[in-house]
Amino acid sequence: MSFKIVVLAKQVPDTRNVGKDAMKEDGTVNRAALPAIFNPEDLNALEMALEIKDKITDASISVITMGPARAAEIIRDSIYRGADNGIVVSDRKVAGSDTLATSYTISQAVRKLGKVDLVLCGRQAIDGDTAQVGPQVAEKLEIPQITYAEEVIGVSAQSIRIKRRLERGIEVVESAFPCLITVHGSAAACRFSNAKRVMKYKHAISASEAAEKGVDVSKLWDEKPYLKIEEWNADFIEADDSRLGLGGSPTKVKKIENVVLAQKESINLSPSDEDMDGLMKELIAAHIIG
Amino acid sequence: MANFYTDNDKLRFHLRHELMEDIIRLKEKDYADYGKFDYAPQNFEDAIDSYDKVLEIVGEITGEVLAPNAEDVDKEGPQVIDNAIVYAEGTKRNHEALTNAGLYGMSLPRQYGGLNFSYVPYVMAAEIVSRGDCGFSNIWGLQDCAETIYEFGSDEIKNEYLPRINKGATCSMDLTEPDAGSDLQAVELKATFDEKNDCWRLNGVKRFITNGDADIKLVLARSEEGTSDARGLSYFVYDRTNKAVTVRRIENKLGIKGSPTAELVFNNAPAKLVGDRKLGLIKYVMTLMNGARLGVGAQSVGLAEAAYREAVKYAHEREQFGKAIKDFPQVYEMLANMRAKIDAIRTLLYETARAVDMTKTLDALSKDKYRQFSQEERQTLKKYQRLADMLTPLVKLFSSEYANQVCYDTIQVYGGSGFMKDYPVERMYRDARILTIYEGTSQLQVVAAIRGIVSGTYLARIKEYELMAVKPEYQSLKAFLIDLRERFEAMVEKANALGTTSEGYDFNARRLVEAAGYLIMCNLLLIDANKDDMFANSAEIMAKYAQAEIEKSSTYINNFDTAILDKYKTAFAQ
Repeated sequence: MSFKIVVLAKQVPDTRNVGKDAMKEDGTVNRAALPAIFNPEDLNALEMALEIKDKITDASISVITMGPARAAEIIRDSIYRGADNGIVVSDRKVAGSDTLATSYTISQAVRKLGKVDLVLCGRQAIDGDTAQVGPQVAEKLEIPQITYAEEVIGVSAQSIRIKRRLERGIEVVESAFPCLITVHGSAAACRFSNAKRVMKYKHAISASEAAEKGVDVSKLWDEKPYLKIEEWNADFIEADDSRLGLGGSPTKVKKIENVVLAQKESINLSPSDEDMDGLMKELIAAHIIG
Repeated sequence: MANFYTDNDKLRFHLRHELMEDIIRLKEKDYADYGKFDYAPQNFEDAIDSYDKVLEIVGEITGEVLAPNAEDVDKEGPQVIDNAIVYAEGTKRNHEALTNAGLYGMSLPRQYGGLNFSYVPYVMAAEIVSRGDCGFSNIWGLQDCAETIYEFGSDEIKNEYLPRINKGATCSMDLTEPDAGSDLQAVELKATFDEKNDCWRLNGVKRFITNGDADIKLVLARSEEGTSDARGLSYFVYDRTNKAVTVRRIENKLGIKGSPTAELVFNNAPAKLVGDRKLGLIKYVMTLMNGARLGVGAQSVGLAEAAYREAVKYAHEREQFGKAIKDFPQVYEMLANMRAKIDAIRTLLYETARAVDMTKTLDALSKDKYRQFSQEERQTLKKYQRLADMLTPLVKLFSSEYANQVCYDTIQVYGGSGFMKDYPVERMYRDARILTIYEGTSQLQVVAAIRGIVSGTYLARIKEYELMAVKPEYQSLKAFLIDLRERFEAMVEKANALGTTSEGYDFNARRLVEAAGYLIMCNLLLIDANKDDMFANSAEIMAKYAQAEIEKSSTYINNFDTAILDKYKTAFAQ
C-alpha cells in the first residue's frame, strides 16, 4: 500500500527584495516587476515531505500548485529537489480567488488524486500572509490539521508526531493519517536540486507551456511520460463554478493604500522608561500602532 | 539568495568557448549515452545547458551553505577523536549538501554513477566552491582521485570504488612523508605482498596528508625492496573500512583550517595495487599531480575572486577625507590590478583546462577497443597534451601567487579593519598562503616551466595567439603585445648566452618563465576582449603591468654578471 503525500505550493512574487516599482499606481502588487519564486514556507513543507518520504517505504510526493501556466516552473523545481510529480491547477475561472475560493479549488484537486495520506503546505504565502488556505483545505477535506509545524519528531505509516512552533513556546502533537500539516519557516530549509534529477527532468513541460512555445510534445510524452507536467482545469477537478474565482470569493478589497514612509532621518533614544513612553505615544498618535 | 555562479559573468564566459563543442562531443562519444541513461544529453545544446544548470546548483550551494559556514569552520576546525578525524560541523553540512545534490564524481562515467562532465565544468565548479570556502575545496576537489582510479585501475578496483564517489565517499592522496616532500623519490612507506591473503600490506608513516582520514586513499609506497629511487614506487588504494590506519595527529595550520592535514600510521594496512608495479611515481602520481596543480589553480582563482569582491565592496562604502576610498588613485589602482590579475589567471586556467579536457577525452577514446582512433585524432591528442603540460605549471605559479597578492591588497584596502577578525578577509589571506606551496612550490613550477623557455614552445604558442585576427579597436593593443614579445625574445637570447644549463640561467629562470606567462595571459585577455568588451579594461591594464614587469626583468638580465652569484651565496652565511 503506497503512502501518498501531497505538497501544496504557490508561486509568489518575491516581496523580500522590493524595489521602487514593486507597487502599481493603484496600489496593487506589480507582479511583472518582481521575480516569481517558490513561496519560501512551501519549500520548508516540501523538505518535510522529503524527510517523511525518506522514512516511509513506498511513499510518493505530488506537488499541487494553482496559478497561471508559468507556475509549472515550481513543479519542475520541486521535482529537481526530489518530488515525484506535480500538477498545475490552471483555469481562467479561478482568477481572482480569495482564500475561500482557493482552498475550495485546491481541496477539489486533492480529492481528484484519490487516497491521500498526508497534505503538507507552507504556513502562509509571502504575497498575502493570510495563513488561511492550509487550514481551510483541511476543513474542506474533513481531515485533522496541525499548523505551525517545525519538526517531525516521529513518523510511521499510521501516524505522525510534530513539534509546533508557537508564539510562546513549542507544543508536540500527534495525529493519525490522513491529516494536513502547515509548516513554519523555522523548519529545516529545503534540500537543493539534485544534478541528475535536473538533467533528467529539465525537459518536463506542461501543455500550456508547450502551446506557448509552439512545440509538439506528444511524442516526447509518449516516450517519456515522466516529462509531462499535468494541468488540470475546473471541469477536471469537478468544481462548482459558482465557488471559483472572483465570483466565489466573498472577500472584497475596500481600499488599498500605498504607504510611503516620509520621515527619513533617524532619532536616537536612550533606553529609559521616559524615552520609550514618548516613542509609544508618538507611534500611537501617528496610527502606526494601536 | 547568493549564487556564486549566476553572479559571475566572467566565469560563465569561459563555458561558451568555441572548443567546448568538440570537447563535449568527444567526451560524450557522439552522444552515445543518450537513451541509455535518462540524464544523458542528446546533443551539444542539451549538454551545455546541463552544464549550466548543474553549475547553478554548485553556485547556489556555495553561496547559501559553504560561504556562510566558512567562518565557523575556520574557528572550529576538525578534531582527532579515537584516532579518527571528525570534521567541523559546517564541513559536515557542506559535504552533505554537495553529496545530496549529486555533485561528487562530476567527471566520472555514468556507469559508475558519475555525471560524465568534461573537465572544464569540473574546474569551474572547483573555482566556485573555493570562492565559498577555500579550505573546503580540498575535500571536495579530492574527488579527482577517482579520475586516477578510473584511468589506471583494474575493472575490479573501478567497480569496487568508483560507484561510492557519487554517494559521497571522500578521498585522499597520500604521498608526502617526513623525509619526502618536494622529493617524492625518497618515499619509504613499505608495501609488501601478503601471499596468504592475496593482498598488499602497507606499513609506515605519511605526513601532511590533506583529508587524511578519507574513505578511499591512494597511497604511494615502496613495493620493490632494496630500491631507493622512483622506479621502486607503486600506487595503492586503501579502503578506510579496514581500520588499519591511525591518525596520529592533525596539524595546527595558518590557514585552510577546515581541511584536515594529518599524520598517519599505516599498520599492516591491506591495499590493492593500482595499475602496474613501479609506475607509481613515474606515471600515476605525475598524472594526479598535474590534475592537483590545476585544482590549486581553480582554488586560487576562486579565493582571489572572493577577496576581490570584499575589497570592491568595502572601497565603495568606506569614506575618508570626504569621499569613498575607491576614488583615490592609489586605491583604484590596486582594485583595477586585482581585477586584471583575476581575469588573467582565470583565462589561463580555462585555456589549460580545455587543453587537459581535449587530452583526457581523446586519450580515453584512444583506449576504446570498439572505435577506430584516427591519425588526425592522434595528432590532436599530442598537440593538446603538449599544451596542457606546458600551461599547467604556469597556471599553478601565477594563480597561486596572484591569489596571495589579491588577498594581501584586499587587507590593504580594508586598512586596520582588515587586520581584525571581524571581517572575512584575514581568513582569506591566511588561506591563500598555502597555495604557492602545496602540490609543488612556485619554485618547482619554475623548474617545470623553464623547459618551455629553452625549447621555445612558449614562444611558439605566443606567436600562434598573435595570428588571431582582432577588431580594429584592439589593433594597437595587439601591436603593443607583439612589441613586448620581441623584448621577451631579446631577454631570452641574453639569458641563453649564459648557457641554458648554467647556474646563472637557473638563477634567472623565474624571470624568464614569468615573462612568458605575462605574454600568454595578455594574449589570452586580448582574445577574450575581442569576443566580449567586458575584458577590455583588464586586457589594457594587464598589458601595461606586463610591460613594466618584463622591462624590470629584462634590465636585470641585461646587467647580469655570473660573478655576482657568489655574493648571493655568501650573503646569508651563518
